[in-house]
Amino acid sequence: MKRHVRKWSRRKETLFIGLCIVSLAVPLCLLFAMLIDVALDGISRIDWQFLTSYPSRRASSAGILPGLVGSAFLIVLTAVISLPMGVGAAIYLEEYGERGRLANLIEVNIANLAGVPSVIYGLLGLEIFVRFAGLDRSLLAGALTLSLLVLPVVIMATREALRVVPKTLREAALALGATRWQMVWRVVLPMAVPGIMTGAILSISRALGETAPLVVIGALTYVSFLPQDPMSAFTALPIQIFNWVSRPQAAFLENAAAAILVLLVVLLLANVVAIVIRNRYQKRIG
Amino acid sequence: MLKNPENSPRFVVTQLNAWFSAHHVLRSVDMLIRDREVTAIIGPSGCGKSTFIRCLNRMHELVPGAKVAGSIQLDGEDIYQSDVDPVLLRRHVGMVFQKPNPFPTMTIRENVLSGLRLTGRLDRSTANSVVESALRRAALWDEVKDTLDKPGGSLSGGQQQRLCIARTLAVDPSVILMDEPCSALDPVATARIEDLLHTLKASYSIVIVTHSMQQASRVSDRTGFFLSGELIEFGDTDRIFTAPTDRRTEDYITGKFG
Ligand SMILES: Nc1ncnc2c1ncn2[C@@H]1O[C@H](COP(=O)(O)OP(=O)(O)OP(=O)(O)O)[C@@H](O)[C@H]1O
Ligand SMILES: [Mg+2]
Repeated sequence: MKRHVRKWSRRKETLFIGLCIVSLAVPLCLLFAMLIDVALDGISRIDWQFLTSYPSRRASSAGILPGLVGSAFLIVLTAVISLPMGVGAAIYLEEYGERGRLANLIEVNIANLAGVPSVIYGLLGLEIFVRFAGLDRSLLAGALTLSLLVLPVVIMATREALRVVPKTLREAALALGATRWQMVWRVVLPMAVPGIMTGAILSISRALGETAPLVVIGALTYVSFLPQDPMSAFTALPIQIFNWVSRPQAAFLENAAAAILVLLVVLLLANVVAIVIRNRYQKRIG
Repeated sequence: MLKNPENSPRFVVTQLNAWFSAHHVLRSVDMLIRDREVTAIIGPSGCGKSTFIRCLNRMHELVPGAKVAGSIQLDGEDIYQSDVDPVLLRRHVGMVFQKPNPFPTMTIRENVLSGLRLTGRLDRSTANSVVESALRRAALWDEVKDTLDKPGGSLSGGQQQRLCIARTLAVDPSVILMDEPCSALDPVATARIEDLLHTLKASYSIVIVTHSMQQASRVSDRTGFFLSGELIEFGDTDRIFTAPTDRRTEDYITGKFG
């Protein structure tokens, strides 16, 4: 009897592990199929000319330079805007804010904001930055809109990173006669950097792939110049891809596939940078 | 060991009460802590030992809802007066914690200097001599003088605790509070810390919380016994351990409870 039970429970375990493997394998296979499909379509189009040319009516001579440069500007501006704001907000909430009903309310709201569809942020950006603040369809308006989008995630990641710094280290700093500010700045933040950087880079690189908010605020789709300053009109890689995909000609679809590959490589690089930073700091913390 | 009755008082604690929100954890405590002496605080778990010494450097009030009433004078000045900055007070009253807690992002040298650096008082020209003298006083210099740039976390537990003591000494306090500094250490490391206490007490006033009767009798000059937030008995260590006047002290010391 006992042996029978044990056999059955072992069988259940095998079954469960099998299910887990299947549910891991299905998305992985789909992802690979997609990547291979895109790679097959696009890889032959990627060359120096493709990376350094402006868009064109002829698919074969069209390139992604404005999109690439626009995306680069966007990501740098977004990081410059959202990182200090997000980290500052998180420090205030976590280290200075009173625990209470209001704090809980704010916490829930930030978590909810992280789940709001990006189109909504686009509409908000259109109303506030493009129209009300009069920034027009500029890089700055785009970066501000994307900053709104990533801020909740940056705040949450930073709070999480601050929260895991042990209380004993905070007390050690205070017992040495540090002020709260000195404790946060010299002890807590350095320990939280890996967590903050990982969260920030992941969320900002996700914003790099966002199309909807940029479409809404009116990023251009056909650009034959490079942005000169934050007030320039601009395009971005996802917009360029979106534009090419909607063309009927097969040649433009190839272009789109190639641009998707470039975007994926950029995203991958961003993630690698995040991992390297995290590992380097973690080694120091040991 | 002969006690020197002339040792001047440092802390004069009168009618000290402390709370965590509504939980009354210290009740009317009076105590006199003298210079160049080791004062041991003993008592069963939860009786308020940590709370008591955390009142001495105003760390208690960092806990949300914590309250203090009564008075604590340090060298004649009430440390709970509104014009006393707890941050400055803590530079005079250093603290060593139960678990060694060197800063993991810092090297051994940086850990020793951390108090000065944190508070923006580091003078680069004297940094090396501060490091050496603090580590010497903490009896750690010979073991780490060639590895000052290794992370503080790479040391053994006992070495880490002495590093924490060095870090505290580098700020140049005049009182050192220790909350069960040896409870995470093995007997050899414990003996080293106890030796260290003997030398340190020549220049500091030391308050140590301990769960070990042997340790209290070995290292301290005076002993206070706490029970449920009250200071039951306080006096010369020799007398407390040989002829306690209170029945409860005797029961605790002889291991009848706690
Ligand atoms: N942060 C806190 N919040 C609320 N109550 C606390 C807190 N810390 C301690 N207490 C309570 O205060 C009382 C005294 O605690 P304290 O830490 O001073 O005891 P202790 O004598 O140091 O004990 P131990 O020997 O276990 O360290 C205990 O009843 C404890 O439950
Ligand atoms: Mg304690």
